[in-house]
Amino acid sequence: MANAGDAAKTAPWRDPSARAYVQIERITKSFGDFKAVDDVSLKIYQGEIFCLLGASGCGKTTLLRMLGGFETPSSGRILIDGEDMTGVPPYERPVNMMFQSYALFPHMSVEQNVAFGLKQDRVPRAEIAERVATMLELVKLGGFAKRKPHQLSGGQKQRVALARSLVKRPKLLLLDEPLGALDKKLREHTQFELISLQDKLGVTFLVVTHDQEEAMTLASRIGVMDHGEIVQAGTPSEIYEFPSSKFVADFVGSVNIFEGKLIEDEPEHVRIGSDELGGTIFVSHGISAAPEAIVWAAVRPEKIFMSTAQPEGTDNVVRGAVQDIAYLGDLSIYLVKLPTGKVVRVTQPNTSRHAEAITWEQQVYLSWDATSPVVVTR
Amino acid sequence: MRRIGYLSKVGVTGRGLVVALPYLWLLLFLVVPFVIVLKISFSDVDLAIPPYKPLLEWIGRNSLAIKVNFNNYAFLFTDALYIHAFLNSIKVAFISTLLCLIIGYPIAYGIARSSATTRNFLLLLVVLPFWTSLLLRVYAWIGLLKANGVINNVLIWLGLIHEPLTLLYTPFAMYVGIVYSYLPFLILPLYANLEKMDWELLEAAEDLGCRPWQAFYKITLPLSRNGILAGSMLVFIPAVGEFVIPALLGGPNALMIGRVLWDEFFSNRAWPVASAVAILLLILLVPFMMWYQSVQARESAGAR
Repeated sequence: MANAGDAAKTAPWRDPSARAYVQIERITKSFGDFKAVDDVSLKIYQGEIFCLLGASGCGKTTLLRMLGGFETPSSGRILIDGEDMTGVPPYERPVNMMFQSYALFPHMSVEQNVAFGLKQDRVPRAEIAERVATMLELVKLGGFAKRKPHQLSGGQKQRVALARSLVKRPKLLLLDEPLGALDKKLREHTQFELISLQDKLGVTFLVVTHDQEEAMTLASRIGVMDHGEIVQAGTPSEIYEFPSSKFVADFVGSVNIFEGKLIEDEPEHVRIGSDELGGTIFVSHGISAAPEAIVWAAVRPEKIFMSTAQPEGTDNVVRGAVQDIAYLGDLSIYLVKLPTGKVVRVTQPNTSRHAEAITWEQQVYLSWDATSPVVVTR
Repeated sequence: MRRIGYLSKVGVTGRGLVVALPYLWLLLFLVVPFVIVLKISFSDVDLAIPPYKPLLEWIGRNSLAIKVNFNNYAFLFTDALYIHAFLNSIKVAFISTLLCLIIGYPIAYGIARSSATTRNFLLLLVVLPFWTSLLLRVYAWIGLLKANGVINNVLIWLGLIHEPLTLLYTPFAMYVGIVYSYLPFLILPLYANLEKMDWELLEAAEDLGCRPWQAFYKITLPLSRNGILAGSMLVFIPAVGEFVIPALLGGPNALMIGRVLWDEFFSNRAWPVASAVAILLLILLVPFMMWYQSVQARESAGAR
């Protein structure tokens, strides 16, 4: 394990004395009666890739646009590197944005597009040429300087947009669905490029995305947004393994959620009786909830074991029939129907090429460890 | 495929007919009249009806003589009046186009940036004047501009002036008339261009350090270049040959080629000279029209 000093360096959000680089203080944005962003506070640290994750209409883009200066908050304020951004227009902010549509200037070459912001800042000619060339080299577009945007592929346009927004060395780079317009293969590749580029330049990234996979791979931390609020912020693994609500558990990854009632509430463990499951769920840690309260136990599909032989014990075990199988190559998804009618999703890696496969209609036992379920109260 | 029975036997298809029709129209109403005018421009004046001598003449029994007369053209370059009128027409058309651009660009921009519902309403307002005849609208300007007209009366009533201003029959009145009449022809193509504009580009420009007016100058203006050119040509080309508006609103010294043409034709009955003026005007405007065509072609090809 790393010591405390290292932890503060790699995870400044755990260090209460760390100075936030971008500080969003109680920002609200209303359009008429509709609150697009509702009382959001957030601290982003230098060098982070922070992802705002949410479905469309959750307010993530509005929040991003407020950081860029394209929308004025109804209340609250934004500080970037200690400077209050209230009333500062986009062209005076130390922030650049990569637009979802890329917004490349069609009448300018790649080179002119990238040089645009530097020319605007009256950077000396020789320095512009040098910085543009370096930047284009960095995004692997060295040979494309004279091309016009309409002569580029989607992936190349994306990299021009990235180069154009990074060349000014902003304190904060805003990325609106940066990989949204790319196909799957290219997206995966670009994700890693983006991370290595960010690492090289040390610019703080704020990424808006609706794609949880994209958020998981890119982010140092994720803020899950719903109805204008950040419902949970944390590292990808925190969000995935310790979701704070049904919404987060369900939104990030797939999950089986069983509604139940607390029947045993001890400091060291809880037991939940679930009619939906048709059994009891034993969780090896205490939770804070009223006795007899309705709670939800969330179990990830990959944490469920499936066997034809009956496992020992009565907790965390249930019997069902395989209803459907989706073979994905590296793993298979099984949908198992319980006697209660609930369908449980189970994923199993295909570790062997000639394994004796479980087939349709087969009766199986599902079980999981006492550490696997996450109990949420909302 | 079904063909038109008899016609198909001689190789005429339905598609061929559809294509042929506009060409036939052009032949009848453009090429033929043009050839007639061209012919007249090369003939001599005559005191007859029609007032010119034929190009072809029988001399003797078996010989047909073609008499091509270039004097009409030569005459245009010897009399300073014509050159002056040509230059003046181009000047008036140029200034009118510029004025239309200055007034029309903000209007087209405003319409393109307004919401979809107001946009339709504003476009309707732009097109609305076409519902009345041009002549009536120009006459209405006489009522507004004359010595005891609406404008003078209001200014006197406000106490800004004591004597009525001479507005009518001045270059000012002529420009008002031309700009007023041709403004929609500039606004509509410019609007069509601006309407396709991706406004996110302006946000990108601002994000990269442009003030709004800089973003306009560096992004919007160059991207609307084709719309500006198309609209300007639609004003400039007809304005060069404009006759009605200078005749009704302009002063007696508003010497424009359209008016010279009219005078030659109807007052002097010098059809050959008038035809030569018309042909020369056409030759003068062809480069502009070709430029306009190439701009249009580029616009529809989408390559900016």
